[in-house]
Amino acid sequence: MTSLEPISELKLEGITKRFPGVLACDGITLDVRRGEVLALVGENGAGKTTLMNIIMGLYRPDSGTISVNGEVVQFRAPGDAYARGIGMVHQHFMLVPNMTVAENLAMGLKDLHHFMRLDIKGAAKKIREVSERYELPVNPDAYIWQLSVGEQQRVELVKTLCLGARLLILDEPTSALTPQETDDLIERLQRMASELAIIFISHKLNEVKALSDRVSILRHGAVVFNGHTANHEPSELAALMTGHEVTLPRNEGSGGQGTPLLSVRQLRVRGDRGNLALDGLDLELRAGEVLGVAGVSGNGQREFADALAGLRPVESGEILFQGRNLANNTPRQIIDSGMGYVPEDRQTEGIVPSFSVKDNLILKDFASKQFSRLSYLSRKEIDRNAEQLKERFDIRCPSTSTATGSLSGGNIQKVILAREIARGPKALVAVYPTRGIDMGAQEFIHSQLLERRREGIGIILISEELEEVMNLSDRIAVIYKGRILKVLPAVEATRERLGILMAGLTDTDPPPAAGAPSIPAAGAAHE
Amino acid sequence: MNKQKVIFGGTVIIAVSLVAALLVALVLLAIGASPLATYKTILTGPLSDLFGVTEVLVRSVPLLLVGLGIAISFRSGILNIGAEGQIQMGVLAATATALALPHLSKGFLLPLVLLAGALGGAIWGGIAGWLRARLQVNEILSTVMLNYIAAQIHTFLLRGPMLDPNELETGSGTPQSMRLPDASFLDQIVPGTRLHTGLILALVAALLVWVLLWKTTLGYRMRAAGAGAKAARYAGIPVERYLIIAMLLAGGFAGLAGAVEVTGVHHRAIEGISSGYGFAGIVVALFGMLHPGGIIPSSVFFGILLIGADMTQRSARVPANMVLVLQGVIILAIVSGQSFLRNPYAQERLMRWLAGLAPWLFKSKKGVQP
Repeated sequence: MTSLEPISELKLEGITKRFPGVLACDGITLDVRRGEVLALVGENGAGKTTLMNIIMGLYRPDSGTISVNGEVVQFRAPGDAYARGIGMVHQHFMLVPNMTVAENLAMGLKDLHHFMRLDIKGAAKKIREVSERYELPVNPDAYIWQLSVGEQQRVELVKTLCLGARLLILDEPTSALTPQETDDLIERLQRMASELAIIFISHKLNEVKALSDRVSILRHGAVVFNGHTANHEPSELAALMTGHEVTLPRNEGSGGQGTPLLSVRQLRVRGDRGNLALDGLDLELRAGEVLGVAGVSGNGQREFADALAGLRPVESGEILFQGRNLANNTPRQIIDSGMGYVPEDRQTEGIVPSFSVKDNLILKDFASKQFSRLSYLSRKEIDRNAEQLKERFDIRCPSTSTATGSLSGGNIQKVILAREIARGPKALVAVYPTRGIDMGAQEFIHSQLLERRREGIGIILISEELEEVMNLSDRIAVIYKGRILKVLPAVEATRERLGILMAGLTDTDPPPAAGAPSIPAAGAAHE
Repeated sequence: MNKQKVIFGGTVIIAVSLVAALLVALVLLAIGASPLATYKTILTGPLSDLFGVTEVLVRSVPLLLVGLGIAISFRSGILNIGAEGQIQMGVLAATATALALPHLSKGFLLPLVLLAGALGGAIWGGIAGWLRARLQVNEILSTVMLNYIAAQIHTFLLRGPMLDPNELETGSGTPQSMRLPDASFLDQIVPGTRLHTGLILALVAALLVWVLLWKTTLGYRMRAAGAGAKAARYAGIPVERYLIIAMLLAGGFAGLAGAVEVTGVHHRAIEGISSGYGFAGIVVALFGMLHPGGIIPSSVFFGILLIGADMTQRSARVPANMVLVLQGVIILAIVSGQSFLRNPYAQERLMRWLAGLAPWLFKSKKGVQP
């Protein structure tokens, strides 16, 4: 499986790829050499993933050539790309959860398949070699389901390297990682870059800045910019990426003085495995403020959001919303009480993907007087509503009859936000509202949230993007192991301070040992 | 965008039919029959005279009713394989009602009998729906098992409590019920044939199902529960309730099909009355893209296949069961075709191939050039 010769240069020339109605790649010319990191930047739908699928042989280009070390190649399947030393780590991991790391590798390595016998030991040995050489600690005998997302990411990297890749394509590798895991990954990639070539796909410009040597920006399928990363500021790159100046809005006020809207008292909720995921959580939201809930994912955020939406039974405690206890109410009762909700998984929780945009815009109100009469849907009103919201929330779709699932993540999120805000809620719970969304849509969503805040809506923002939490919040509550560890005014929050709190250490505790590569083990925080 | 989808979907359906026909041709060759002659008989034989046409429609009535119910359940995210059992329960309920109230006038009795049939099927479907909604019992398992139970109840009643006393007297012992009172019969549409007003009933039902699914809030809820259960739950729709409602309706339509067969065709409950409509209805619904507008032609098409298969048995000496092979192959082809439908790359290639082949299809369309 190892390549004939180490890959020293990959060159794309004039790659064009057309899909029905869309020019996904428009004459793209790129090159990347050994020892360098090329960042490929662009908004969702700019053609990054299509381009990478072309390199990996999943799609064939309509025109243009790919050459490796100066020799023109034609890949018909990912195996061909691997044979020339090109490997890809997909955004969504391609690992079998109930197999060990070594077994996962063995699946793809034909050398290990002997007659009637699979050489798992050989796979483990190979993993150890690679993980030592590239300083990517991985335990070959661990089951995938036991690993954190960050560790799974390392497994993917090791797997790709074991398969012989020396040019790595990383498709938004940090999208599922916590801030600490992200920093750790970037550091490791920097060290690995000297021996490899890396194409780093991202739209997080601070990461691009930290890691890459050169940057290419794609917009609408074409390369609009090539340059050395060091010479350009993130804001400049952002403007090139979106085609206009991007300044993420900030919360300049210091709210938190409004009347109390929602108070959560001693909330206890069980997680999927029966554990107490929320163990006495206290929180108070006031009108006209954004309350950020920061934390490493898996500390009870999901259960908290579910309990607020009425989708998870509350074992004990109260959710007092305008004086009424919502604990264990049905989702419908909670919706009717004036709570808005932007769920974590927009594709499956926020929308019905096969429904049209206009039908998704009435998902909570189809039975209201506005949209139905005698239980018949009022199509005219539904159409009118959709056109109006499409305009107001800048939802970019061919028409409001388009299936919502076919839109980009940013536009899906706009559909959800439009629906929730148009209902005129008194409080809004937004869970990871901009995860994996491009800058333009992010800017829009942030300014929408801040505008609602000015109108007096109380907003709970659950996020692990520290930038986002610090930019938007009036106060920040740090969640750790099912409780709020501390609530601090946003003006007093710094990245470092939040990072320490998110690791479970209160301010008085000493900071974690310097240079600790990833999040301290959860147990370290006890006493 | 939508036009492209229709073209693409239509092409896939045609391709699916061709592939199915080709595969069955291989089977026909293997048993020594001529595929061309067989297909010719199947497709043209039934339509060559008025009697054939009416017989096709007689078959398509239950197929249409069952297919509508299947569409409701599948659209609501529940895979109802139990129509066969639901039909049988409908047959029994309708028969029992008609026999119990022989003196009612037609205006009362016929609606009552049809309603009873629908109710019998609805209860049988509702059991599976309730099991799924409340106890998370997989509906495929439960409906298949309920089919067995219904078949046994059907056999037991027709050979025991509901057996026609005449059969006991004459000693022939054919397992069938007494003949129903005339007041419970559906009228004939074409005199001298078996075609009955059940056809009109089924067409009205198709219209109602379309209105229900796409024009009412109930239909919206059911489709939302089926297409995105999680999102529906987040939006405050109690998904479980609509699973039960969907199964009640699906069972109701199957039960109605049973009642229509009794009151329109056989005028008594007999063994084997359903002759597989419950399973064929699934194919009809899938072939009709789970939409009443597609299920109507699809039910006629399968009516033709059924009658045609009978004819081939006589003329081309091909066993009528070949039509089951054809049905099976069509299901497989549809399922593969659907995964093909979802693959954007395949879509792109097919569309461009089509654009090269038939540019007039894409006139005034930009974006796609051969």
